[in-house]
Amino acid sequence: MKGNILTIMRKELARFFKDPRLVITTLILPGLMIYAVYSFMGDGLSTQFSTPDEYVYRVDAVNPSNHIKEYLKLVDFVDMGEVSSYDEGIERLNSNESDLLVVFPQDFDKAISIYSSGKAPNVEMFFNSAQIASAEAYTNMTNILNAFESSISNRFDINNSGREYDLATEKDTTSQVFSMMLPMLLMVFLFSGCMSVAPESIAGEKERGTIATLLVTPVKRSEIAIGKILSISFISLLSGISSFLGTMSSLPKLMGMSAEGMDASAYGVSDYALLLAVILSTILVIVSIISIISAFAKTVKEANTTVLPLMIIVMLIGITSMFGQGAPSEAIWYLAPLYNSVQCMTAIFAFSYSTVNIITTLCVNVSISIVLLIVLAKMFSSEKIMFSK
Amino acid sequence: MNEVLRAEGLKKTFRLSSKQQKIERTKKRKKIAVNGVSFTAYEGEIFGLLGPNGAGKTTTLRMISTLIRPDKGDIIVAGSSAVKEPWEVRAKIGFLTSELKLEDFFTPNYMYDFFSALHGVDEKVRDSRKKRLFEKFGIDKFAEVKIANLSTGMKQKLSLVVSIVHDPSIIIFDEPTNGLDVITARAVTDFLLELKAEGKTIIVSTHIFSLVEKICDRVGIIIGGEMIRCGRTVDIMGDLSLEDRFFEIYRETVGDAE
Repeated sequence: MKGNILTIMRKELARFFKDPRLVITTLILPGLMIYAVYSFMGDGLSTQFSTPDEYVYRVDAVNPSNHIKEYLKLVDFVDMGEVSSYDEGIERLNSNESDLLVVFPQDFDKAISIYSSGKAPNVEMFFNSAQIASAEAYTNMTNILNAFESSISNRFDINNSGREYDLATEKDTTSQVFSMMLPMLLMVFLFSGCMSVAPESIAGEKERGTIATLLVTPVKRSEIAIGKILSISFISLLSGISSFLGTMSSLPKLMGMSAEGMDASAYGVSDYALLLAVILSTILVIVSIISIISAFAKTVKEANTTVLPLMIIVMLIGITSMFGQGAPSEAIWYLAPLYNSVQCMTAIFAFSYSTVNIITTLCVNVSISIVLLIVLAKMFSSEKIMFSK
Repeated sequence: MNEVLRAEGLKKTFRLSSKQQKIERTKKRKKIAVNGVSFTAYEGEIFGLLGPNGAGKTTTLRMISTLIRPDKGDIIVAGSSAVKEPWEVRAKIGFLTSELKLEDFFTPNYMYDFFSALHGVDEKVRDSRKKRLFEKFGIDKFAEVKIANLSTGMKQKLSLVVSIVHDPSIIIFDEPTNGLDVITARAVTDFLLELKAEGKTIIVSTHIFSLVEKICDRVGIIIGGEMIRCGRTVDIMGDLSLEDRFFEIYRETVGDAE
């Protein structure tokens, strides 16, 4: 019994690992692609929506205030020049010769020195929010003017002592981002990993008539089913790990955070071990489902088409990790396959898992896989399914 | 003579698709492919199933090899029931049909070892048997060439070799020489005679009269899913050639109309 399963697994794995194209497309490319795409997107997002660090904003001013000019010497990123009129300033702004036009009232410096109450002098700033530099110049100048205003009439400060006010730790940031994003991504990776092997291994063999050769040997149908499911699961796991590594290493870039802000090493060995257990049981469920669909299908193409709606469902279930107050704590939720996996992963990433729920999930997933395995073995003995043309 | 295989009242019906119903101009939902076929094969003989295309030869052989289950009847293969203990039967027989393919990705060497392992053949036995069979069919030169790159004839020879990795005492070949060139076909028929000389029981299906005349000790003529005649080839032929006798029987059964 054990020997036959091993023989079948060995053949399935040889089929996969001896084919460099399959290894590259299933194991190496997913992780690499995800890393490249996420890093690129992350870089793209940060350069798209901000100017380079050393950029100096070109600010035009009508009636420039000397006080402000003095104040601006404290910063090195604003270069304020004078224009004679509002019209000239607007023209320069429109032709992108400047980033911002500031119109001070006449005798602004005098007006603020004598101001006590009533209508305050009004500074007007014109900008173009469609230009990143212009929008940033506006925000920066507003901050500068506000700071200047409070420096001349300070009543109170907020958070002005250089202490650490945000109490979120590295762990908190990591858990928040990872528990939101990773469960969904992981589900999709695991599913697409299975999808790239299972239909080929079952529907493909059926389509090419090679499984019939296997069926006339004295090997039990259950042995064929177990051998196939285990080897497909193993390959899917590797594919999932490849995607996972790609994601973990590029997610901080994608989220626009520095490497210190978010760190996968915030999780301990036990966290990763639990995660692996959940992932393994999930893979078994997914592989069993896709295998059954593939056994029904007459061709690989048909199998892939039929599996696709399931992929959408899995994605939708994956998104549940982004809503609500994290994973539910009642054990009953963990009786639903796939949903339980997503919630377990969410809880593990959020450092808030309950052992009972994880054990429930593992038991449910393994039991479901066994039932599906029996179904698959039955299908292998059904002539209607195996020999329908 | 020792009885090795006995088919008892085999019946198999297939459901027709609506398209198929139109083609066959029938409103019947089901088509009876095999209807009450019984026959016996004895140790050390070659038994032939002769009949036109669609007569039910392949369906009968597939029932014997346990790929499909008969609706009625059973096949007793060396004491095991194909219906009740199909895995026992599968261990005792070697089955070859053009529908059974080998994975293109692997080499003849790998496939032979794979199926040997599934049949539980000892490694030493496997290696000596493989060497003999590969040499016999000229596969040895292509042992490490991917099956995808082999010629059709070479693939068929490999399928034949793989079907008997476990040295079964009962060998069932569906149209063994179909699609083979004359040289390969001759090698296969010679091989069947060799196997017979070793005391093995062989069942072949074919529509080639000369093949039956040449190698089959006994023959069963199947027409329209029914066993019309069954007996020693020489007895059935009488003073006619097998071809003439067959058409005589065919006319009696189906009539001249068709």
